[in-house]
Formats: sequence, structure tokens, C-alpha cells
Amino acid sequence: MMSKKTKTRASAQMLDGNHAAAEAVRLSRAQVIAAYPITPQSPVTEKLSEFVERGELDAQYVAVESEHSALAVCTSASMVGARVFTATSAHGLAYMHEMLHWAAGARLPVVLACVNRAMGAPWSVLNDQQDSISQRDTGWIQIYARNNQEVLDSIVQAYRIAESVYVPVMVCYDGYVLSHTEMPVDVPTQKDVDRFLPAYEPHTILDPANPRNYNLVTLANPRVNAEGVLCHGYMELRYLLQEALQNSREIIINVGQEFGELFGRSYDNMVWEHRLDDADVVMVAMGSLAMEATVAADMLREAGHKAGVLGLRVFRPFPKTDVAKALEKRRLVVVFDKNISYGSEGATCSEIKSALYGKSTGPVIRNYIVGLGGRDVKAREMADAVSKWLLSMKDGDLNQEYPEWICAI
Amino acid sequence: MGTRDCQHICDESSPAIGEAGKTGDWRDAFPSIDNEKCIPARQNKPACFLCWLYCPEAVVSKTVPIQIDMEYCKGCGICAEICPAHAITMISEESLSTTEKG
Repeated sequence: MMSKKTKTRASAQMLDGNHAAAEAVRLSRAQVIAAYPITPQSPVTEKLSEFVERGELDAQYVAVESEHSALAVCTSASMVGARVFTATSAHGLAYMHEMLHWAAGARLPVVLACVNRAMGAPWSVLNDQQDSISQRDTGWIQIYARNNQEVLDSIVQAYRIAESVYVPVMVCYDGYVLSHTEMPVDVPTQKDVDRFLPAYEPHTILDPANPRNYNLVTLANPRVNAEGVLCHGYMELRYLLQEALQNSREIIINVGQEFGELFGRSYDNMVWEHRLDDADVVMVAMGSLAMEATVAADMLREAGHKAGVLGLRVFRPFPKTDVAKALEKRRLVVVFDKNISYGSEGATCSEIKSALYGKSTGPVIRNYIVGLGGRDVKAREMADAVSKWLLSMKDGDLNQEYPEWICAI
Repeated sequence: MGTRDCQHICDESSPAIGEAGKTGDWRDAFPSIDNEKCIPARQNKPACFLCWLYCPEAVVSKTVPIQIDMEYCKGCGICAEICPAHAITMISEESLSTTEKG
């Protein structure tokens, strides 16, 4: 995936994830930025306010009193035609919940960076993915970065995707593991990003000479408007949002491919693979956790097991076909989740089971809840968790009602 | 025929009366005006108009005599409450249809 045929004059810099996100927003020429500081997201907003203050980014930086207001500012600015950005974490994202629905329902191409952090109670500022997973059903596209280069690249691509399908995009990256860890990042030139990212064309036009109402009380049934045109009821608008997400897979892949042609780093798939070709045991994970899984897979290979990794890059729309194709003929699939749907299982595990339903050659599926509240996840622990099932898989029990946890209970 | 022809992807419309549909059918009581008591009608000149001022749906006209647009009146009864001359009475829609049937 990371081909080295770089055609452009990017500069390699040592950046942490937050700085990489801010660089991406600067290069994408965001016009309105509204955010409220929260650990571990704060450095993104600090860096962006510096860019604006120094005149390196021609944007309005709106200091707001809460995350709810931050996203309210962004949806309003997006509606009048500005390219917008906000960033948050955990409780900040939860506080945005209402406006997340609003941005998606109004079909506004807002881009939000979610620096993944655990939810209280009890308080934690450390990483897991419960915050963004809890916003799964708000109608946003969700992309998970596995390193800081992907943080930068995904945000630039997010604008192209969002402004093509008119669906907001949340780019998620793990708090501290990525947000506060420096690694080499190729920062593209402004000229190249300008070639990749055309100006935003809003579908909502606010013009005093031609006044419009947007998103007023909409009754259940379709209705004829003042011009005699039959307009959508609430349910038709919901159908269109689902349809936009269903159809966005092709756009996401095309945008990723075009990005690759210009910048030498292709993102032409919803998922990515590590040593998957001949693997009969596959570990599945999302974000930086999936990088740890690649180390675990290598350990399992050394121990003589044919192990590989399927990394989920895009969680919404969930790439059911891609996942089914990648997993249906395997012997064992072990899904690692840094989140849990309490009373059920990890959110990605449920998706994977759903994607594989009805496949005649479905693998045994096991789920592990790991790394909640910043608990370190070691590659050795992941490899051991897989080995456990390799040794005791003779019972033919494909499914397991509840997940296992890697913790000290 | 479906609704795609409107080509909207979010809810949108141009400002017009009855934007949210005909809300008069939400009503279960309607205001009945007694022009013998209503101040502008009795004085035959523009006066009072508190019902016009307080109506949250803007369906009361500022005319002599006043008119209420029953296609959009939701029957909240605020006009009847506010009327200093007690000229407006709320009558249940149910009793009307019973009377009509009777």
C-alpha cells in the first residue's frame, strides 16, 4: 500500500498525530475552524490557531464555549459555503452528539478529527475507541488512521470524499499512541494539495435575493411545496443519507487511488492487509491497534502459524463485501476491539459476523476486548490470545456469545 | 412517482404559507368569535388586536372584523385567553360534528 513512487516534492518531518492533523487542515485550506480544547486533542487546535494568527492559514478561528457550539458553528459555516474543520475527543464528542446528527441530516461536508479517548466514568484521558464507536449511528463516514502519515493523508482525502457525497467525515486516530507520538510524515506541498482538492461547492445556497428554508419541521409524509413540486418527507431524506453512505465506497476508493497517483501513497481499499495471502488465521483490528497486530502476526508466523492481519480503515460505511471476501475462507478470525457494546460484544466483531452471515465457508470467530482506558496492548498478548484458540478449536463452535477480555480479572 | 424529482438532498423549501403542511387538522377545539363583544368589530375601527399580537401561528388578521385562517389555526386557545372582551370561545371540534350529525 505504501508504494515509494513519490512524484511530488514533499518534505519529511517528524510530526506527532495532532501536528499532522493540523498540517492537513492547513493544506486543505479550511476556511472556518471552531473547536474547544480537550485532552488529547488540544494541540490540534493550538497549532491551527497559530497558523491563523501567523497568517499561514486564511481562516476564521472561532473560539467557542463548548463542543456543541463548535459543531454548531461548523454546520452553520458549512451551510453558507465555507470549508470547515473541528476536532475533539471523548466527552467533547459526546457533547457534540446532537450536532453530529444535524450535520449528517443536513448533508454538510464537515470534517472532524476525533482523537480517540476513553469515556468516563471513571475519568480517563487515555486511549480507546469507545468515543467514536458510540457515535456510529449518527450518519458520519468514519475513517481510522493507523499512523501519523495516515492522519494527514486521511484528512486531506476526507474533504474530497465529504464534498463529493455531501456526508460529514470523522477521521479517528488513537490518543497518545498517535496524537502525542512523533514519527516521520511526508508533508505535501500546497501546490499539490490544491491540485488534488478543488474548492468546496455547497448544495445549500443562502442568498437574500432567493430566500430558502433549510431543515424545518418536516412531516412524516411527502408533501407538495409552494412551487407545486412533490418534496421528500422525513423518511425519504433518511433513505437518501443511507444511500449516500452505501454509494460512498466507490468514491472513497477512487479518491484514495487518485491520492496515490499524485502523492505516491495509495489508499485504494476500504481495508488493508498484512501477510494475508496464505493466512488461515486472521487478526482483525482498527487504527494503531492493527499495527500492533502485525507484530503479533509476525510472531505467530515465527511459531509456524499462517497468521495475517486485516486492518479496517473505514468503519462507516462498513465494507461488508471487502471483509467477507477477505475472511470467508479462513479457519480462524480473531477480532480485537478497543470498544464494547455493553451486553453484547466489540462493535467491529458484530460487523464482521454480520458481513460473514450466510457464507458456507465461514471461519470460527473470536472476539477480544483490549486496551480500554489506555491499557497497553502488547503484541505478545495478542499472539497468545490467538494461540489459545488455535489449540482448542476442535469443538466446531463457530460463534461465541460474549467476548473475552485481556485484563486482570 | 417518487420524490427524487425535487432533487433535494436535505430538507429545503422557499418561504411560503403552510410550509409545514396544513396544521389546521391538528386542532381539537376552534375559536368562535362573537362580534357583538369583539372591540374592533363593536367600534368599527382598528383597535385592541391582542389576539393578532399573541397568536403564535400568525393566523389572526389585523382587520375589522378580525378573521382567523382555520386551515392553519391549531386551536391552542391563546386568543380566547387573552381577549379582554371575552369575545372568543373555544368550541370542541367533536361537539360540532356531533351537533352537525344530530
